Amino acid sequence: MDRENVPSSLVQFARLDSLIELARANSLWPMTFGLACCAIEMMCTGGSRYDISRFGAEVFRPSPRQSDVMIVAGTINKKLELAVKTLYDQMPEPKWVIAMGNCAISGGPFKLPCNYNVVEGVDLLFPVDVYIPGCPPRPEALLEGIMALEEKITGTRRWPRVEPA
Amino acid sequence: MMTHPFVRALIYLIGLMAFAGLNAAYLVWCERKGAARIQRRIGPCEVGWAGLLQPLADGLKLMTKQLLVPDGVDAALFRLAPVLAMLPGMVSLAVIPFSDTLQAREMELSALLIFAFASVGMLCVLLGGWASGNKFAIISSTRAVSQNLAYEIPMLLTVITIALIVGSLNLRDIAMEQQGNLFHWNLFRLEGWHILTMWISFIIFFICSIAETNRAPFDLAEAESELVAGYMTEYSSMGYGLFMMAEYINIVVGACLTATLFLGGWACPFGLAPGWWWFVLKIYVLIFTIIWVRWTYPRTQIYRLLNLSWKVMIPFSLVNLLITAGLVKFL
Repeated sequence: MDRENVPSSLVQFARLDSLIELARANSLWPMTFGLACCAIEMMCTGGSRYDISRFGAEVFRPSPRQSDVMIVAGTINKKLELAVKTLYDQMPEPKWVIAMGNCAISGGPFKLPCNYNVVEGVDLLFPVDVYIPGCPPRPEALLEGIMALEEKITGTRRWPRVEPA
Repeated sequence: MMTHPFVRALIYLIGLMAFAGLNAAYLVWCERKGAARIQRRIGPCEVGWAGLLQPLADGLKLMTKQLLVPDGVDAALFRLAPVLAMLPGMVSLAVIPFSDTLQAREMELSALLIFAFASVGMLCVLLGGWASGNKFAIISSTRAVSQNLAYEIPMLLTVITIALIVGSLNLRDIAMEQQGNLFHWNLFRLEGWHILTMWISFIIFFICSIAETNRAPFDLAEAESELVAGYMTEYSSMGYGLFMMAEYINIVVGACLTATLFLGGWACPFGLAPGWWWFVLKIYVLIFTIIWVRWTYPRTQIYRLLNLSWKVMIPFSLVNLLITAGLVKFL
């Protein structure tokens, strides 16, 4: 996976940058924000069986000003489009987006010629860093998404990659 | 050991800053681990051994995050409020007696000083909420003020009962008065039947200190289900970080005060080897209790919170004060 280039930081610290990246990767605070059934899986990831807090990512901040990663979990309607876009704009840099589930990726089961009110993919609104396919994806998939985002931030993968059988 | 007063002040300044900073960082870790254990989770465990590097990662991330000052805020006050919020806790630590020799500044009325600065902390919350120019922040900060006002009264009334028994508002004198084993502590004091009223004082004081530090079940100011993130809604980066640190330092000050006023300060329960280690043990037991309460009880409602103070706590503490005064006078 390509390493992310962060153009937004004006001041560069050379070696220290990798330390900062490590800190950011290990402290990804998501926004308390769920749109549809994928959010149920997201809550389950925070629960005791899957426990997202092991990776330091359980601090679901209610305010976009304090969150680092936006997990778009669910279908985005035309009516919700503006609200989601506003929430993204309210987040301070550096910020990342995880598109969770088929609806957030492409419109999923609602991508029909007769359907007029569904945004076909959250990447039409703002850039997305990690796509997690599934309808809905299992909590393990979300954890894998968090790890993929960590890999994207630091450039190295901490945990062994599991190849599909 | 005699040292120059300036050197002594410098050493205590550095020591207290380090104590406050370390506590603020690692109490967050304790909180997250405690929450996880109570909810049958593991908690942070991948960042360093047992997640011990988690506060470091969080701190570095918060410091390198963009500090947003949105349009429509009062820019000067918005920047000032989180810095000022750190102040009361830090100043209060200066008069806390950790042991009979370890106290940055001994002064008469040191208990009063802590309460005066607690009110300053409330003003900082109001300042932060007001400067944000956000409706949720303003509602939250007015809530915080009404809550703090309501709970300061029973808290101070219970401190008066201590002052009646000990005859001083100097925290060092109060702790010195309780030296010896368990039954010399204010909470279990056998002489003069004070054990009867001190329990009520202690319970009222402990509940009030939870409410004063805006902790669950009384964290109405940051009720995220109704007020986004409360008065911190518009704060990103270290603005938010400083408010969080201030909250944890206030918890430490609250625990220190409870330990000094009721639990004998640095005295050992068995009368052996009194020293700062007992004091530290007591404050961490109290802090653990506060974390335990937070993750056990759901948040209450604002009118219930105010009713609890004005209709239950204040009458009880007033009657308690009268009984204590009677005991001191006639026994």
